[in-house]
Amino acid sequence: MSGLLPSPLLALRGIGKSFLGVRVLDGVDLQVRPGEVHAVVGENGAGKSTLMKVVAGVHQPDEGTVEFAGAPRTFRSPREARQAGIGIVYQELTLLPERTVAENVCLGREPLRRGLVDRRAMLSHTAELLASIGEGSIPPDTRVGRLGVAQQQVVEIVKALALDARLLIMDEPTAALADHEVDQLYALVRRLQEQGIGVLYVSHRLKEVFDLSTRITVLKDGRAVATLDTADTSADQLVRHMVGRELSSYYPGRAKPQELGPVRLTVRGAGNRKLRGIDLRLRAGEVLGVGGLQGSGRSALARALFGAAPFSTGEVTVDRAPVRLRSPRAAIRAGIAYVSEDRKGEGIVAEQSVLDNALLAVRAVRAVGPGRAGRGARTARVRELLAAVELRAAGEDQEVRFLSGGNQQKVVLARWLALAPRILLFDEPTRGIDVGAKSAIHDLVRRLARDGAAVLMVSSELPELLGMSDRIIVMRDGRIAGELPAGASEEDVVALAVGTAREAAG
Amino acid sequence: MRIARPPQLLKVRSGGLTPIIVILAVLLVLLTARQPDFLSPPSLMSFLGRSAPVVLLAAGQYFVIVSGELDLSVGSLVTAQVVIAARLIDGDPSAGWPVVVLLLAFGIAVGLVNGLVTTLLRVPSFITTLGMFLILVGAVYLWSDGAPKGSLSEEFRRLGRSAFEDVPALGRIPYALVVLLAVAAAALVLTRSDFGRTLVAVGGNPRTAELSGVRVWRAKTMAFVLSGLAATLAAVLIGGYSGVSFQAGAGLEFGAITAAVLGGVALGGGRGSVVGAMLGALTLETLFTLMNFYGVSGALEPTVQGAIILLAVAAASFRVPSR
Repeated sequence: MSGLLPSPLLALRGIGKSFLGVRVLDGVDLQVRPGEVHAVVGENGAGKSTLMKVVAGVHQPDEGTVEFAGAPRTFRSPREARQAGIGIVYQELTLLPERTVAENVCLGREPLRRGLVDRRAMLSHTAELLASIGEGSIPPDTRVGRLGVAQQQVVEIVKALALDARLLIMDEPTAALADHEVDQLYALVRRLQEQGIGVLYVSHRLKEVFDLSTRITVLKDGRAVATLDTADTSADQLVRHMVGRELSSYYPGRAKPQELGPVRLTVRGAGNRKLRGIDLRLRAGEVLGVGGLQGSGRSALARALFGAAPFSTGEVTVDRAPVRLRSPRAAIRAGIAYVSEDRKGEGIVAEQSVLDNALLAVRAVRAVGPGRAGRGARTARVRELLAAVELRAAGEDQEVRFLSGGNQQKVVLARWLALAPRILLFDEPTRGIDVGAKSAIHDLVRRLARDGAAVLMVSSELPELLGMSDRIIVMRDGRIAGELPAGASEEDVVALAVGTAREAAG
Repeated sequence: MRIARPPQLLKVRSGGLTPIIVILAVLLVLLTARQPDFLSPPSLMSFLGRSAPVVLLAAGQYFVIVSGELDLSVGSLVTAQVVIAARLIDGDPSAGWPVVVLLLAFGIAVGLVNGLVTTLLRVPSFITTLGMFLILVGAVYLWSDGAPKGSLSEEFRRLGRSAFEDVPALGRIPYALVVLLAVAAAALVLTRSDFGRTLVAVGGNPRTAELSGVRVWRAKTMAFVLSGLAATLAAVLIGGYSGVSFQAGAGLEFGAITAAVLGGVALGGGRGSVVGAMLGALTLETLFTLMNFYGVSGALEPTVQGAIILLAVAAASFRVPSR
């Protein structure tokens, strides 16, 4: 049996899957060897998540076979897959925030002692697991809700591994992580690899794919269009396989000096529970990038400016007039729009139509801008905007939950554009969005700035931050640690974010 | 990029009107098999007139449920309104319209309290309206010393019991049916208005709504006020049709909720249509009529309602995954 290559841990052959007549997967072949990190890439809607769910037993394939550890298997439920040794870490965290780390890790298979849950065994078991992957610093008796997102991610992984998993599926594991946390994840994945665990790694971030994977399978429209050895593949080649487009067209040009207009927004000495001493100016026509680690206050800054978690001190002016941003509604009335990092939880109404979603803000705040127009004119304008953002949907009556992340984001954007905002706050505008739609969003952001809007963009993705911003401020511990001009390097941002660089005055 | 167009089947599953229309049609077929002249104009008109109150309540309940809340107080509000009307009118024919205005104001007030307690004091609406239910029951007993006082005037009762007579082809059209059609039209317009669409968004994702500038508290409070208004109209019809009693509105809140759920309005909010809710009420009434014809005890009605709620909610949870 032993040839040059180890026999595969997982072998998928000709997997096909349809949902109510929509073909989501079509004849997919894929093999994962023990100790291999096999990346799966593709645009949203390409079928990545569905494929992972087939492997994890959530969905059953209509066609094709799944072979695991040398034997053909049919997993009728996630439980069966888990017991066979397949662990999965989903894109969204699935932990119970009110329960402890140990309770989450042992959920559904709590150690028993005389019929009762043996809490001590549960804690020590969890502590061992955490230590075995080098994460012993997480206390097993803490409530998960008190942990940061990165640590919750680690708990998810430990939970997936708890049943001696031989294959770990990771669906966008870094979506919620800051860069230094990503490094920890890398180390973790490599340790798993050394233990002979096979990893199926789904990610939009090409850098990760190249840093981590042994091989890459590209999915497109439900088919596996290529399986490539990572070492022999360039980023350009990979992107061509995914979208048929070169990497170099990634970021639109920055603002020229003559494109910068008057100061739109000023903040002086503002703060709240998460922010201190915030001073900033934002000019029409510019994209101000906000960097920093998770929890540094970068999202808090955007939320404060939008009145979602308002400043308690300090002064804010919009177009020179003092404003009090006490609620989102007040901010909207002042001409501010906000695209949340949590698209599902705060961006869309999943079960409403594209049109209802896009009309939500104009309907709610009729007194602002073009909202005053009659109903017909308003709807016509929103339809134009949906076309302008190049929304791809089956129609304006399609429920937003059936759209890809990128198209959902375009609907959210159209909603705000209908109010013609003068200031736009973006928090992770392209999180979880596929490569093609990503650059469409980037172009839109830049176009808005050119049309005279002032843009503040929070991003944890350094290439995006550096590629998009005319100026960058970096947050640390709730303060602005420093400001960088366009053309700064990744190292400059990281140095400010972790505090190794000398802080700028103020 | 491949676009996933939801196929027809999916529309059926996700809160469309098809299931309720099919169920209603099946029940009507069964009913006419037993009682061939049920669909003849006189019998149908009288059936629709009799069903009007619970259909009104289902429409009111739609607004509350779709916004993500529940209104358990409507049944006792109906009772309270009937008892109040009887005591204030006390047989005086000229008191009819002023009292109706007063009842409407009271219905609005109850809706406002329900809404504001739920949104501003953050009491779950299940508890708020359960409290309101008990408060109204107790207050009515206290106010009338345990037995309804006064009586409704003929004037007042006309809306609930009289009809346009001798209409060509249809015969007798109850005023109640006219009231129902007017309310149904108004409700339909309302669900298509900015308020109506925003209300669905509030039920679907309150966080998104809030961050899009919606005053969530205001929208939900409005929904409770609409439910209070619907209950008031139902009370006027019921008072007219069946007269004064402490039992006038008993159990109607569950009838309305069952009807809405049966009609595809999702408990928890964000999904459903007012037409569905009203058809649900008609279906429920048809089912009870059918049970009656087949000699099933009326005492089973609550059991049937309970079973419907459980089944409908369970059926609704078999939803198409959104990948």
